[in-house]
Amino acid sequence: MKDVYLGMPSFPEAARTATKDERLRANLTRATHTIRDKRAKAVTEIEDWAELVEAGKAIKDHTLRHLDEYLLQLEAKVTEAGGQVHWARDAAEANRIVAGLVKAADGGGDQIREVVKVKSMATQEIGLNEALAAEGVAAYETDLAELIVQLGDDLPSHILVPAIHRNRTEIRDIFRANMARYGRPAPEGLTDAPADLAEAARLHLREKFLRAKVAVSGANFMIAETGTLVVLESEGNGRMCLTLPETLISVVGIEKVIPSFRDLEVFLQLLPRSSTAERMNPYTTMWTGTAAGDGPRTFHLVLLDNGRTDTLADTVGRQALRCIRCSACLNVCPVYERAGGHAYGSAYPGPIGAILSPQLRGTASEIDASLPYASSLCGACFEACPVAIDIPEVLVHLRARVADAEPGHRAERAAMQAATYAMTHPAAYRAAEAAAIKARRLLPPDRKLPLGPAKAWTETRDLPELPKQTFRQWWKENHR
Amino acid sequence: MTETTGSARSATSAREEILRRVRRALADVPRGERSEVDRDYLAVHGARSAGENIDLLAENLAEYRAHVHRSGEAEIAVTVARLLAERGSRSAAVPGGLPEDWLTRVPPEVTLIHDSPDLTAQRLDAVHSVISGCALAIAETGTIVLDGGPGQGRRLLTLVPDHHICVVRVPEQIVGSVPQAFAVGALVPTRPQTWIAGPSATSDIELDRVEGVHGPRILDVVLLGAA
Ligand code: SF4
Repeated sequence: MKDVYLGMPSFPEAARTATKDERLRANLTRATHTIRDKRAKAVTEIEDWAELVEAGKAIKDHTLRHLDEYLLQLEAKVTEAGGQVHWARDAAEANRIVAGLVKAADGGGDQIREVVKVKSMATQEIGLNEALAAEGVAAYETDLAELIVQLGDDLPSHILVPAIHRNRTEIRDIFRANMARYGRPAPEGLTDAPADLAEAARLHLREKFLRAKVAVSGANFMIAETGTLVVLESEGNGRMCLTLPETLISVVGIEKVIPSFRDLEVFLQLLPRSSTAERMNPYTTMWTGTAAGDGPRTFHLVLLDNGRTDTLADTVGRQALRCIRCSACLNVCPVYERAGGHAYGSAYPGPIGAILSPQLRGTASEIDASLPYASSLCGACFEACPVAIDIPEVLVHLRARVADAEPGHRAERAAMQAATYAMTHPAAYRAAEAAAIKARRLLPPDRKLPLGPAKAWTETRDLPELPKQTFRQWWKENHR
Repeated sequence: MTETTGSARSATSAREEILRRVRRALADVPRGERSEVDRDYLAVHGARSAGENIDLLAENLAEYRAHVHRSGEAEIAVTVARLLAERGSRSAAVPGGLPEDWLTRVPPEVTLIHDSPDLTAQRLDAVHSVISGCALAIAETGTIVLDGGPGQGRRLLTLVPDHHICVVRVPEQIVGSVPQAFAVGALVPTRPQTWIAGPSATSDIELDRVEGVHGPRILDVVLLGAA
């Protein structure tokens, strides 16, 4: 079994390669700026954004502080509703469980050779597709962007728009060259118009949806009180996967549970506005176990730990588990904009990846030890986060952890590499960084954010003590 | 099979071990701690009359490229027939419990296919349209909620055909905001739900929004009672 990100170079090295790729940078810059501007509008449209953020943060914190109780409640409710709950300590165990369930899905006939998948960061994190492939089962990604990534034999570069590094002509070429290998070929004379490309994907995937016996998904939320799972999406491939196959297997991190159905009223406002800058995403599906005559007849929920309990044990770092994967922090991050998603060496790119991966995986590897340094601590991510995760605070905390673990040796090297990166990376990066830092210098002396309508925002948005410059400075001040 | 026993045992221990890890990780949390979540956010954004909610719903649906039509009770059959004709539809799926008087003007060249257990996704793939009601609609976000109730049917009915005609009774099925959708008790959480805000869309190709990837590419919303 191949580990997807094994052997990744550490962050500064990977980032240096990525920043040389002009097209990747241009695509990323355009994309992040477009989303960022639209998002700002979607957020300022409602005057109680700050209160929603505060409630979202509080609901998640409350759940995390009683996680064992809510997981047990969820398990009982899912089981009551006809679902089966499995627990996986780590990636290998989760993959083993899913592979076993797929093979048993046709009553032990062992004839199932393919599953359809709806975009899921948890399954990306555990390398499920590769694990299934090793068992002779093909996992077909059905999000347009994931399809592009998969057909292009690529790694995703963005949480929400994984193919953000591909332009339309490249996508057309990938479809023409590779669709036939996996099923229905691209139509003759396919152009690079987005509508034509979407139509090609529709036809290619419709064939797969109609014959799929098993689907694999993640979930955005799991409701303890009712056992309901919730998936937000745009394209309808989620609905297809969650509705048509006979067997549905959902792999979900244990931190995705929320207490009550009503709590969705907060997250269904925060998430669409914060991620795709929409008042509501086109489709949301909610299901509870199995329903007579409607949807899959068999439902399996695989609850995944894989480092989440380690993260939970760190009283500073555990706030990263509040993340609802909106990707707003990526789109405002000057480092991400320059380095691209691949440089982060995990399923989780950008600022959230920089604090989540080293906690989920520990800081033993070069890449994980360097991730806490993949930031200038400008604080833009914290300001954007709809559940108020203080990413700079966690970064600083993790830097200390890396330094403590191996004083003067690997940690120093990681930091030196980061510093080298900072000193050699393009001037354009420094401009972006400087702009972000300058914005913060305009803050009033009490260090509260000057956001007009969002008065309560400042309650959660007390800024952390930040260096006035980059992490180069920070390193100098903290290490003689 | 011994294999089964082995994996069953390890499954139990995975559950116990994860719960043990969680409890150990939460050693700092005082036993019996009960925190209340402050819900200081608004129940609804702005004060609107029922009529203004209808207008806002229509506006928001249209912004996300749904086609919005208004119809009185007396004209609903004509409206449905017209929308089928405009889209060149030759067949339409009908969920159980859909009011029969919505369908009285459907022309004979459109085959109506009433839901039945043998209406599979493969068969639906050849059906052009589906006509449904809904559970409720949310004005502020331009969202329609289906919950499989009468006139809505199984989820695949409103998913596989390319053209969805969705009838919303106004003002009675409209709520102003997302929190109101949860407050009125209209939604039963354990029923399969589909929330729809405009037709299927993607922005995955250079962030250009393209309508219609996998769900119905044409969404006609009829506001019934708003003629
Ligand atoms: S950390 Fe916050 S902003 Fe970043 S993806 Fe998670 S929820 Fe969104």
